[in-house]
Amino acid sequence: MADVVATNETIVVVGGGISGMTAAVEAAETGKDVILLERSPSLGGRVNQLYRYFPKLCHPTCGMEINLRRLRGNPRIRVLTLAEVQKIEGKAGDYKVSVTVHPRYVNENCTACGACAGPVTTEIPNPFNYNLNKMKAVYLPSAMAYPQRYCIDPSLIGTPEAEKAKAACPHDAIDLGMQAQKLTLTAGAVVWATGWRPYDAGKIQPYGYDRFANVITSVEFERLADPRGPTKGRILRPSDGKEAKDIAFIQCAGSRDRNHLKHCSRICCMASLKQTNYVREKYGDDGKSTIYYIDIRAIDRFEDFYQKVRADGTVRFIKSKVANITEDRESGDVVLHGVDTEGYHRYDARHDLCVLAVGMQPGADIRAVADVKVDASGFIEVASATDGIFGAGCATNALDVNRAVQSATASTLRAIQVVNRMAKVEGQ
Amino acid sequence: MGDQNTSMVQKYRNDFLKEVEANVEEGAWVKMCMQCGVCAGSCPLGPAWEHPPQEIFMMIRAGRREEVLKSESMWMCTSCYNCIVRCPRELPITHIMHGLANYAHRLGLAPKMNPTRRFAKIFWDNIAKSGRVNELELSVRLYFMDGFKAGVLKGLAMKDIGIGMMKTGRLNPFGLFAHKGCKDIKGIHKMLKKAYEIEDRKKGFVA
Repeated sequence: MADVVATNETIVVVGGGISGMTAAVEAAETGKDVILLERSPSLGGRVNQLYRYFPKLCHPTCGMEINLRRLRGNPRIRVLTLAEVQKIEGKAGDYKVSVTVHPRYVNENCTACGACAGPVTTEIPNPFNYNLNKMKAVYLPSAMAYPQRYCIDPSLIGTPEAEKAKAACPHDAIDLGMQAQKLTLTAGAVVWATGWRPYDAGKIQPYGYDRFANVITSVEFERLADPRGPTKGRILRPSDGKEAKDIAFIQCAGSRDRNHLKHCSRICCMASLKQTNYVREKYGDDGKSTIYYIDIRAIDRFEDFYQKVRADGTVRFIKSKVANITEDRESGDVVLHGVDTEGYHRYDARHDLCVLAVGMQPGADIRAVADVKVDASGFIEVASATDGIFGAGCATNALDVNRAVQSATASTLRAIQVVNRMAKVEGQ
Repeated sequence: MGDQNTSMVQKYRNDFLKEVEANVEEGAWVKMCMQCGVCAGSCPLGPAWEHPPQEIFMMIRAGRREEVLKSESMWMCTSCYNCIVRCPRELPITHIMHGLANYAHRLGLAPKMNPTRRFAKIFWDNIAKSGRVNELELSVRLYFMDGFKAGVLKGLAMKDIGIGMMKTGRLNPFGLFAHKGCKDIKGIHKMLKKAYEIEDRKKGFVA
């Protein structure tokens, strides 16, 4: 990896999700050299973990495929996975980005044949499925993973299992002696696209996410609905594996709440409306979705989507922020308690499964590595004209995929401007 | 007291929200309610309320003055603070409920026979008299609030607890005659008088 060449006309993109990939591709396609850094073993980020996008309900494989093809075919993009930024120093046009590249223990010879995983029995939680199931400690991060290369969990190093995996590899691709590498990259501009992470639902004490098996988050629900997910696309309750047909969705779980996230996370209303479609897709008229909301925020053209879901007879809307959830010990059913604002009726509603539409918070704290302004929620503020570090996508705000991509393109343009200025100065 | 009510009605006309903001403790928060309903659902006494807090806030905004001020609802609040803890906008709901109850009481609109109002009054008169609560007098007054017969029955029902308290020195059986009070009773009365004056001036009550 010592062959990473960077100059002050290079753009470093931090984060390999949909925003970072977009930024990298856009910059490279204008002729700029780009280094794309990703903390996890593969690109794709959280979009890859969705079952479908709203509003067109297509699968993320589609949009990702296009981006990956553009990325793979572009010699100006250098992708470093398992790379974590430690520090960014300097000024616009002249940054030094310190990066630690963690060992994958698998080199470029890997063909993703999977022979190495064969003899391995150790299992670890699968982060791609939000730890809903386990996977072998020698793994391909996901079916769509780029690079298509296996990965060995560090916990396996030094055990006989690791040796077994090495022995099984027909391509001499496993290097158990691989060490963490420290790199310092030169860059003219940095695009910071570290995305988001779901709010920790366990902190919303009255909803009992940490106590009741059948209270799950919206991101986990995506994995349940996905045929590549832990349940092969069947919506099964975590408590007893029974099919969940009567599902409650709680909006603003952690968002718009001064005790949790102050901001509106914007995507959760649409996400839940979309997820009622999953219920309909699986069960037809036998499924039941109930959305508990303060007010539905389906912005712009999403209004049509909302009206369509409204018209669906299997979906009920209850204007109320649920006060608390209890569990019926015997059946494992969840019981939602609250008061309906339209008429002030008190309800104790029993459901098979409860999905918390959790809010978005910044995926990484940029202040740990660079001096950049963030807002009250930790999202990056718009940089001043003299800066060369630009936030992109969900690092700057709670955004849906479409708006994240727009944001990434906008930030890339500003990064290109900085790099162009540098090129001019040098040309004189 | 009726005069106070008339003067407030004249002063604020139809704008009950403004009246609440100016005169009710923490009343300025009422307009911040976004009607999510988490307070109503979180109230342990919720089912006993005629109008849950979110509804009261909406009624205030809708200008339903008489209905709000004559309501028994806010007198149901036991200060458990569950609603404050959960309110996504951090409204001090408990304080607003007590503020509304107090305001209704001062205007003479609060329901006369409401047990919470009557207990609060007995308690206040008791503590304001000597600066210290006289437990025996307080319980006797409370038990006999609804007449002699009801008082005797209540007293009999509670007698085991009373005896237990006497045995552990928690209740002075001669309290009615020999109550200690505080050292500077006159000073306390003076202080309370001043506090009333300041409060009345602040809230625009005619002294």
